[in-house]
Amino acid sequence: MSTMNLVLHVWRQSAANKPGKFERYEVKDVSEHQSFLEMMDQLNEQLVSDGREPVAFDSDCREGICGTCGFVINGRPHGPQTATTTCQLHMRRFNNGDELTLEPWRAKAFPVIRDLVVDRSAFDRIIQAGGYISARAGAAPEANSVPVPKENADLAMDAAACIGCGACVASCPNASAMLFTSAKIGHLNLLPQGVPEAHDRVRNMVAQMEAEGFGHCTNHLECEASCPKEISADFIARMNRQFIGSMIGSRQSVPRRTVKR
Amino acid sequence: MELRANAPSGPIETRWSRHKFDLKLVNPANRRKYTVIVVGSGLAGGAAAASLGELGYNVRCFCYQDSPRRAHSIAAQGGINAAKSYQNDGDSVYRLFYDTVKGGDFRARESNVYRLAELSVNIIDQCVAQGVPFAREYSGLLDNRSFGGAQVARTFYARGQTGQQLLLGAYQSLAKQIEVGTVKMYPRTEMLDVVVVDGVARGIVVRDMVSGKISCHLADAVVLATGGYGNAFFLSTNAKGCNVTATWRAHKKGAFFGNPCFTQIHPTCIPVSGDFQSKLTLMSESLRNDGRVWVPKDPADREKDPRKIPEDERDYYLERIYPSFGNLVPRDIASRRAKNMCDQGLGVGPKVEGFSRGVYLDFQSAIDRLGKDVVAERYGNLFDMYERITGEDPYAVPMRMYPAVHYTMGGLWVDYNLQSTIPGLFVGGEANFSDHGANRLGASALMQGLADGYFVLPYTVADYLARSGKNPVREDHAEVRAAVKSVEERTARLLAIQGKRSPDSFHRELGKLMWEKCGMSRDDAGLRAALAKIPEIRDEFAKNVRVVGSGEELNQQLEKAGRVADFLELAQLMCTDALHREESCGGHFREEHQTEEGEAKRDDERFQYVAAWQYSGELDKPILNREPLEFEYVHPAQRSYK
Repeated sequence: MSTMNLVLHVWRQSAANKPGKFERYEVKDVSEHQSFLEMMDQLNEQLVSDGREPVAFDSDCREGICGTCGFVINGRPHGPQTATTTCQLHMRRFNNGDELTLEPWRAKAFPVIRDLVVDRSAFDRIIQAGGYISARAGAAPEANSVPVPKENADLAMDAAACIGCGACVASCPNASAMLFTSAKIGHLNLLPQGVPEAHDRVRNMVAQMEAEGFGHCTNHLECEASCPKEISADFIARMNRQFIGSMIGSRQSVPRRTVKR
Repeated sequence: MELRANAPSGPIETRWSRHKFDLKLVNPANRRKYTVIVVGSGLAGGAAAASLGELGYNVRCFCYQDSPRRAHSIAAQGGINAAKSYQNDGDSVYRLFYDTVKGGDFRARESNVYRLAELSVNIIDQCVAQGVPFAREYSGLLDNRSFGGAQVARTFYARGQTGQQLLLGAYQSLAKQIEVGTVKMYPRTEMLDVVVVDGVARGIVVRDMVSGKISCHLADAVVLATGGYGNAFFLSTNAKGCNVTATWRAHKKGAFFGNPCFTQIHPTCIPVSGDFQSKLTLMSESLRNDGRVWVPKDPADREKDPRKIPEDERDYYLERIYPSFGNLVPRDIASRRAKNMCDQGLGVGPKVEGFSRGVYLDFQSAIDRLGKDVVAERYGNLFDMYERITGEDPYAVPMRMYPAVHYTMGGLWVDYNLQSTIPGLFVGGEANFSDHGANRLGASALMQGLADGYFVLPYTVADYLARSGKNPVREDHAEVRAAVKSVEERTARLLAIQGKRSPDSFHRELGKLMWEKCGMSRDDAGLRAALAKIPEIRDEFAKNVRVVGSGEELNQQLEKAGRVADFLELAQLMCTDALHREESCGGHFREEHQTEEGEAKRDDERFQYVAAWQYSGELDKPILNREPLEFEYVHPAQRSYK
């Protein structure tokens, strides 16, 4: 089993309202079988045993599905491996002597809480604006009473695979949340169950996205490249089309929404 | 104390509907006057909070994650069972009920299991209406697969991400209620105690994980849906944050703990690769539909390239021992057999602490029979995940698998209404001792979480509220203040120890002990040794743990320390329960109690009951209460999968 020594430059910031800076750490004898976060665990054990504050970072399932983890590794959200969250990234992707710079997601709408931990509650508020189908428990018709063409169901599933990690925002030069927002709209509006609320959904979710301070899309497509679930930017085009359609098809204007933290 | 299960009697098919009629209702105009706290936002908690919000109650929902969408239900891969019988293959509510009681090795309550099977069909309707993108056939109708050795295809799925999609469905319903204002959400907030006033649950004490502020929230009823305690073993398939704190603190306030030794070990997980390991990754049970499990016959071949070991020098041991079920035997059996093979020195893969723990799961014959494309279509995402973690290509080299802790059937004891022994404290999902008996069947956890959340708790919590009425408690009540104070003191104590070892180092030590002595197989001597050792680790923890930082900030070490402290107490109860249950059943395997073929041997005469443990005030003197189990419909028999 081969091991490696690394140099890390980690963003340290003790609280949202405090200034931050990079600190340099050395981590030695890292196994190629370790995950990136297990390497971070090792760093933290080392810091704790020296009586120093460990690096705060978010993670939970550590199998790439909960969307909790993620930071920027050498300029790339979730690091160098495509279609892979930080927790699934393994050290065999790196070489002995590598120097790595670790930063939190950087976006106005994702304020830093501490070190590599950011506040992504803006995503929750975008969903609250319309990312649901209003089906009360108990009111549902027989499941097979509404057939859904397989092609639509599969496409909806492609969009629904989003884990809400925020890498799309972190990679976008405009810090746009268009991929995230459009994935949920794409998922729900492709299904017959989502059609009754389709117009309101797109208008309200877009309005919330703007209120949160996310930027606009200028077709860099960095979001698609950094997405660990490989969500297609086609959903952004689909959302734009539906947004225009909702403006023509409805007598309502774009709602005004606010940010309630 | 006499345990009252409150399960209805009479014909099992109508028990739930008759019981529902007997439950009291709350007038729609009065519902907003009642506050209900829901702790946990997974399938059970998220669904309960959303449903209670839809009904008009004033709901407050808490989770430790940064968003309710991240609860660990999200990681379930395989699917959800429902007795829809869309495949015309002989399924029915009764058959799902029968399979679940039998699969649980006759240690679950019949009335609950029947209700679960009955509600399974409503769950699928509800999820489809919410927009859950289940797999479909070309007709546009829902697709099913068979799962975990079931003889009917009753499992609904959304690729390998069924848990994710069901959770997002519940999360979106919750989001709608947050928007409407009937639910207030408290993410990054950890429950640290339950407030009990005059013997009734009246609220919780929480710590805001960002500011560190400790505060109390009062309510008319409290629902705990905080998941299982598999992380007592440190290494498990659970998320890193999964913990027992909420249920353990409720236990110490008077809620009985049911069958704490019933843990499920999942047979197909990626083996441990070193002492840095932080968690184990499950590979869906569906892999056993096409993969063949084997080890080399000759221990000398253990380090050979598996492709160079000829067929007749391999032992396909599951196919050999269980010719009719083969590789598809239930989880507990597959796990135990893998352990036996490795214990005999036939394990494969790299040595960790001088020992190879792994068996091959080989897809070569499936690739020969179906072609690589078909195998990739069925399992591609799992193969990719395996390659990312191990660096090996499973299309070319057999996968290596080893069992890992996955699920806990034990949990807080609840009656038919899902109410614990503390009035006003309800428990849903994996957190309760549940409907799975001593072993949970594949694709049944999602079913139970959603049944509890969407269709049981909204009725039974209402009944409790209607019966108990409004009795407001004030924040300055002595018992409320005492609960807050005890949490503050406990937090301060952890910070003050300032020893030398990290919380994780204690967690690893405990986990290793539990895995060895209270894991896949247990025996009297081992359990007694663990019971002697656990208090020693706890004492060392109390003297020598080091929590860096302060309590007034985001402090992940402090969070860990609090959780490890609770695991150190729970572990003792797990071992006590395992020691007292002198039989083998489902996932609980006592070496002393096995059939000649090495299968679990139940002792129905002595142990056909739920062990509900009561906290006596001293950790080493828990009080055993028994809820006898009666089987009117499914008659206990030795499980056979030969």
